[in-house]
Amino acid sequence: MTIIETKNLTYTYPGGTKPSINGVSIKVKKGEFVLITGPSGCGKTTLCRCFNGLVPHFYQGELKGEITVAGMDPTTHETHAMAKSVGLVFQNPENQLFALSVEKDVAFGLENLGMPREEMRERVEWALKLTDIHDLRERSPHEVSGGQQQRVAIAAVLAMQPEIIVLDEPTSFLDPLSAEKIFEVIHELNKEHGITVVLVEHRLDLTAKYADHIIIMDEGKVCFDGNPREILNTEETRLIGVGIPKATLLYHILKKEGLKLGDVTPLSSEEMAKLLQEAFKIK
Amino acid sequence: MIEVENLHFRYPSGVEALKGVSLIIKKGEFVAIMGQNGAGKTTLVKHFNGLLKPSEGTVRVDGVETTKTSVAALSRNAGFVFQNPDHQLFSETVEEEISFALKNFGFDEETIEKRITWALNLLALAQYRKTSPFLLSGGERKRVALASVLAWNPETLILDEPTIGQDYQQKEKLRQFIVQMQTQGKTVVIVTHDVEFVAECNPRVLLMKDGGVVADGEGREILTTPEVLAQSSIVLPQIAQVFLKLESLGLPKDVIDVYEAKEIVLKNLEKRRK
Ligand SMILES: Nc1ncnc2c1ncn2[C@@H]1O[C@H](COP(=O)(O)OP(=O)(O)OP(=O)(O)O)[C@@H](O)[C@H]1O
Ligand SMILES: Nc1ncnc2c1ncn2[C@@H]1O[C@H](COP(=O)(O)OP(=O)(O)OP(=O)(O)O)[C@@H](O)[C@H]1O
Ligand SMILES: [Mg+2]
Ligand SMILES: [Mg+2]
Repeated sequence: MTIIETKNLTYTYPGGTKPSINGVSIKVKKGEFVLITGPSGCGKTTLCRCFNGLVPHFYQGELKGEITVAGMDPTTHETHAMAKSVGLVFQNPENQLFALSVEKDVAFGLENLGMPREEMRERVEWALKLTDIHDLRERSPHEVSGGQQQRVAIAAVLAMQPEIIVLDEPTSFLDPLSAEKIFEVIHELNKEHGITVVLVEHRLDLTAKYADHIIIMDEGKVCFDGNPREILNTEETRLIGVGIPKATLLYHILKKEGLKLGDVTPLSSEEMAKLLQEAFKIK
Repeated sequence: MIEVENLHFRYPSGVEALKGVSLIIKKGEFVAIMGQNGAGKTTLVKHFNGLLKPSEGTVRVDGVETTKTSVAALSRNAGFVFQNPDHQLFSETVEEEISFALKNFGFDEETIEKRITWALNLLALAQYRKTSPFLLSGGERKRVALASVLAWNPETLILDEPTIGQDYQQKEKLRQFIVQMQTQGKTVVIVTHDVEFVAECNPRVLLMKDGGVVADGEGREILTTPEVLAQSSIVLPQIAQVFLKLESLGLPKDVIDVYEAKEIVLKNLEKRRK
């Protein structure tokens, strides 16, 4: 079942001279883990803003083409109606935080849904624990470190348990181990609860292994769309500036040297190490 | 040269963010400060240009204690790029943002023009010269913040998370720029979570945890020692992870570069064939 679909989606910000996304047609299936990547400025954030209706409701400007998200048209549905189904973690966590305490920020969306107090408390606890910020819950979100702020932003969206979670470079401020843990949590929500995940990332070393589907954009357009193992093993993706995982890159280079390494492109260090162990056994 | 002695720092709210840090960064060094969220990295580097003053202990920059001089004087020599570009950007256009410091420091018109053009090109921002920084993408905003500091060519560069939001090509350009700074004898301090970027640069690495420095050494060595990294919530670069899993094949463990990895694999397979 398709849960997000765009047809020829084209959008220009007010006063913009050229479209920031241009003729984007994509399909995301329910329960998929989709990775969106591409050079800085290629339109990733703009596309995310279309999924929950921030574009065009908040940003105005001119939107053409069709878009359906969780059975709704974000251009006609109000953004708070979309918020129940689509949670967006902003690229800049600070733009998402405004309450007086970390805990209140995480509870904010649930209060808006009118959730019963007891259930709300449980959800907030759950989200604070998953993101490891339980100890900070009484602090002001503006008096914590960059990475701690980002966890608050992620917790606030996870607490809502929406059908679709859209994360725009959600771990750019996180230390690597915490980033890994958060991705594990998101991957689990995806696999166990069928939550659809759309993840925008430059650091594919950490994330490629989770993806069922990858979309690569360049200058507002989609230039690759499909299976991560096939797409990340091409020369073209590297040329447009995609940070291919180093394990995948090593595989690619060794194959070019004529080494036999099997036909399944590795996306993680585990997979690459296994292929090399095989190669050493044979010889 | 930056000399830090027994530095303690407490935020007004009472949080003790630094608990006795001592270190020396020599002129011309390239240092990456890494460590878990909340470890005190940003708090530490804000002392290097006087944005924060010690609660206890001393910080000396080129021999002068930061409490005995002004932020203005300190920042003439030390350019600082904030972790979050929104804490730094305030001008109406990208051009004005970049020219602000240049004007302040009294460069002449011609030099200002040259520097602006140079910085715009280096950071792939030329098309946004007359655009408001607030209408740019996240990665572009970070590059404007970088451009506004790199443009005046400070003796010391302090970059808090310079690779955030950057694609591979931008990161590679930044790396080359830092290498160039070093050949000019300039000091570069970065704070970063980007393990792969550090692996490519191989600087001196300072690891922080809970307001203190827990390890200090060559990048390659620290990044390939899992026990040391784990305590600071850092994972190994991906190539090092691969080689760690191949230890039983008799391959070296301290490999962080893809091309070096390729050579090692091919050489060892060759050896086995014989
Ligand atoms: N403005 C502030 N007021 C009070 N406490 C603060 C403030 N900024 C940071 N802290 C606290 O000081 C400690 C160190 O924060 P700092 O920002 O230096 O960490 P960091 O190592 O840069 O972390 P990150 O990787 O998340 O950016 C943390 O416990 C943080 O919560
Ligand atoms: N509010 C805005 N008003 C006008 N133009 C904008 C606005 N936000 C972004 N743009 C422009 O739209 C284009 C796409 O921006 P977008 O933020 O979608 O890129 P991105 O792929 O998310 O980049 P990054 O990786 O740097 O975050 C860029 O050229 C940018 O300058
Ligand atoms: Mg973006
Ligand atoms: Mg910081």
